[in-house]
Amino acid sequence: MSETILSIRDLKVNYGGIEAVKGISFDVPKGDIVTLIGANGAGKSSTLRAIVGLVKPKSGVIAFEGENIAGKDTTNIVSRGITLVPEGRRIFPDLTVYENLRVGAYMRSDDIAPDVNWVYELFPRLKERSWQPGGTLSGGEQQMLAVGRALMSRPKLMMMDEPSLGLAPLIVRDIFSIIKEINKRGVTILLIEQNANMALSTADTGYVLETGRITMSGAGKELLVNEAVKAAYLGT
Amino acid sequence: MLDFLHANLSYILSGISVGGQYALIAIGYTMVYGILRLINFAHGDVFMCAGLMMVYLSATLPVTVTIPLVLVMTVVLGFLIERAAYKPLRTAPRMSVMISAIGISYLLQNAALYFTGGLAKVYPSIPWLSQTVTIWGSTTKMVTVVTPVLTLVLVILLSLLIKYTKVGMAMRAVSKDFETSRLMGIQINTVISVTFVIGSFLAAVGSMLYFTNYASVTPVSGSMPGLKCFVAAVFGGIGSIPGAVIGAFIIGIAENIIKGGSSIFGFGGSGWTTFSDAFTFALLIIILVVKPTGLFGEKSTDKA
Repeated sequence: MSETILSIRDLKVNYGGIEAVKGISFDVPKGDIVTLIGANGAGKSSTLRAIVGLVKPKSGVIAFEGENIAGKDTTNIVSRGITLVPEGRRIFPDLTVYENLRVGAYMRSDDIAPDVNWVYELFPRLKERSWQPGGTLSGGEQQMLAVGRALMSRPKLMMMDEPSLGLAPLIVRDIFSIIKEINKRGVTILLIEQNANMALSTADTGYVLETGRITMSGAGKELLVNEAVKAAYLGT
Repeated sequence: MLDFLHANLSYILSGISVGGQYALIAIGYTMVYGILRLINFAHGDVFMCAGLMMVYLSATLPVTVTIPLVLVMTVVLGFLIERAAYKPLRTAPRMSVMISAIGISYLLQNAALYFTGGLAKVYPSIPWLSQTVTIWGSTTKMVTVVTPVLTLVLVILLSLLIKYTKVGMAMRAVSKDFETSRLMGIQINTVISVTFVIGSFLAAVGSMLYFTNYASVTPVSGSMPGLKCFVAAVFGGIGSIPGAVIGAFIIGIAENIIKGGSSIFGFGGSGWTTFSDAFTFALLIIILVVKPTGLFGEKSTDKA
């Protein structure tokens, strides 16, 4: 049994006046890839936004490295080593690729050059385009930049909100293989996806979220062959 | 052409000078809009307050003390206005913040009315700036020459700050996307405060140059320049700093050429002067109709 980096207990989150997350509990073991899958509106994004402090949870405990961070402000949470690659990538279009990476390291005051080099190694395309404004990149390249930018803060836990959304299948495969590579470097990953197939085959553990509740959980490979999951999310 | 320039040099010079003063104020409008999407109606009144502070402080203190003191106090005023009247409304509809800005504008005007008793206060003469110089046959105050130079130096410094410093990068990030900026660990409120500090500082510098030219301050002294600088910012494309500077110079120069109408256009006598303000607002209407985004404006002004 490995150490737990993030532990959620009975988390409730409101979104637009309704309870989007209705009391969920799950653990993210250190060094693992964990995925939350579920349909649109199941409460996946609200969960991540509550963890990183963009919305205040209604109740519940979010323990990161043993300390409850529920309701703390985003700067505080980010400084502890949590980062979120937001849905829709949200790179800064007017900033160059390099500046986007620099912004990602905003809270650091040490030398960022080794991290920039690592990101350029992971994504050679970004190196070629380092002086181009982020807005001129293709969707796939923007996703790479969003991931690279998140890595610049040297996160312990990287959360990703629908990284495959709107990308061509080939690029999705690339992104997921890089997620595994990042994970091998010791970054714990919490991934939410509608692309259940890709997510479950990558993850160590998966949770299925339905209308704000966790209805199933298990090893990624097990859920992948689970009949109920197959019927609902894998379309087979 | 050269003859025309020579004959009307004094108008053109004062146009460039006023343009520079407008530019310093217009930057405050455009920067705040760029970050908060707020038209800070109180900005012209902050400029007026800087003028009054100079009047009252210079009554007892030497100019070498009052200048830095006015700069600091204006910056503090701008900072406090943001903290007290805009920050609590961060998540409120944009209209509420705008109404709050209008409220602050009138609050400052009324406070000024109370302190001055409504009388025009004579602006102290800043020794070196008030000297007269003669350029190519036109006699003018030193401030006319100093303003465009000082304006350009400040604009260049500001551009360098925005392009190369960490806080400048944060300002550019926040102006595009609050939420993602927070995810990067940027303290939004600090960045917004810095924006107000810079805007107020430039308005204070502008007020020293402007009132040296106009010699008196009243509680409504900030209204017209404020409005014109807002027009300059819209003309240049609100949110864009180079746009605001260019817009301000165009308005300043055009306004003064119209004032010199009788000698330039050869007819109409002094009657043209009356229309110099109307020109500014006619320009606003034309810009809003023909190119609503201004000279350098972005297409979308709404943030997700």
